[in-house]
Amino acid sequence: MGSFFDRLAGRKRSAQSAKERLQLVLIHDRTDITQVELEALKDDILAVISRHIEIDPDAVHIDVERNGREHRLVADIPLRSVTRRRGG
Amino acid sequence: MSAKIVTVTSGKGGVGKTTAVANIAVALASKGARVCCIDGDIGLRNLDVVMGLENRIVYDLVDVIEGRCRLRQAMIRDKRLPELYLIPAAQTRDKSAVSPSDMVRLADELRNEVDWVLIDSPAGIERGFRYAIAAADQVLVITNPEVSAVRDADRVIGLLEAEEKGPAALIINRLNPSMVKNHDMLSAEDVIDLLAVRLIGIVPEDETVIVGTNRGAPIALEVKSQAGQAFRNIAQRLQGQDVPFMDLDSQGSLWARFQRIAGRK
Repeated sequence: MGSFFDRLAGRKRSAQSAKERLQLVLIHDRTDITQVELEALKDDILAVISRHIEIDPDAVHIDVERNGREHRLVADIPLRSVTRRRGG
Repeated sequence: MSAKIVTVTSGKGGVGKTTAVANIAVALASKGARVCCIDGDIGLRNLDVVMGLENRIVYDLVDVIEGRCRLRQAMIRDKRLPELYLIPAAQTRDKSAVSPSDMVRLADELRNEVDWVLIDSPAGIERGFRYAIAAADQVLVITNPEVSAVRDADRVIGLLEAEEKGPAALIINRLNPSMVKNHDMLSAEDVIDLLAVRLIGIVPEDETVIVGTNRGAPIALEVKSQAGQAFRNIAQRLQGQDVPFMDLDSQGSLWARFQRIAGRK
C-alpha cells in the first residue's frame, strides 16, 4: 500500500520493518533478556574491563549473535596498543 | 502397521490449524491411506463443521476417554472418503477433561486402526496444547506471514524443543504472493530465516479455502485449487516424498501471467 509514496519519502518497506522488529523481539523471547537489560549488561562489562585495562568504549561491540535457534553474547573489545598509547 | 501421530499447532488462534488438519487428512485419505482426525479443541468444537460432519456426531473425544463408548463408535466416517474418520471434540466440557496421558493412551489404541492420526491442537500454550502434543510423533507448526503469528510460532517451537517433541516442521499459511512481491508481506524465506526450522509447506491465500469451508468440503480434493495443491504437497512430504515447492510468484501479477502466456517465462 502506498509503495510509490513510501519510496518517495525514503520509507522502509513494511516487510523489512516486520523482519527487523521480529528479529529483536525473538531474541528477547528466546533468551529472556530485554534490550534495556542488554544495554545495562554492556555498560557493566565495559566498566569492569576498564578497571583493568584501557579501552576505547566507542570501538567496543557487544551483541547477541544468532546461529539458527541458538544465541550467544559476543563481545569484540579492541585493545589499545602500548606504542599508540605512548604516542598519544 | 502402526499409525503415525501428527499434531498441528500454532500458538496463535485463527492461523488455519483446523483447515490444515482437514485438508491434509483429505489429501492423505484420497491416496488410499486410513486417516483419523481428532479435534483437540474441547469446548470450541470446529473440525466437524470444516469437514462437513456436524450432523453425524453421536459420541465425542471425552466420551471415549471416559469410557462411555468404544473407540470405533466415536469415529465418524467421512461423507466422501471411506477411510477418513473424525473424533469430534466435546462441546459442553472444558480442557480439564483430558490429560496428556489420556491422549497417549487413545493414540496408542488408534495406531492399530489407521495409518495416520492428525490432531488439531487448540490455540494457546496451556493444557490443551500440552495434551495435543503429548502423543505426537511429528508436530507441524502453522503460522501466517505476519508478526504476531510468527512470534507465537517461535514460542511454540521453543516449547516443543524443551518438551523434546522437536524438530517441528513449519507450514506457512495464507501467503499472498503479490504482497510479498511488493515487499509488504514477509516472504517464506524471511519466516524460515527468523524461525530457523524446517519448512514442510507454503499455502497461498486462496478464496477456494473459504468456499470449501462454507460447504463443509475441504478443497484438497479440488485439482484446480492452489491451496488444495499446497495441502496435497504437504501430505506427500509427510509421507516422505520429495516434492518441490510451488512457484507461487508466477501466479501473482497480471504481467507475470501475460509473460507466461506469451511464453517468456
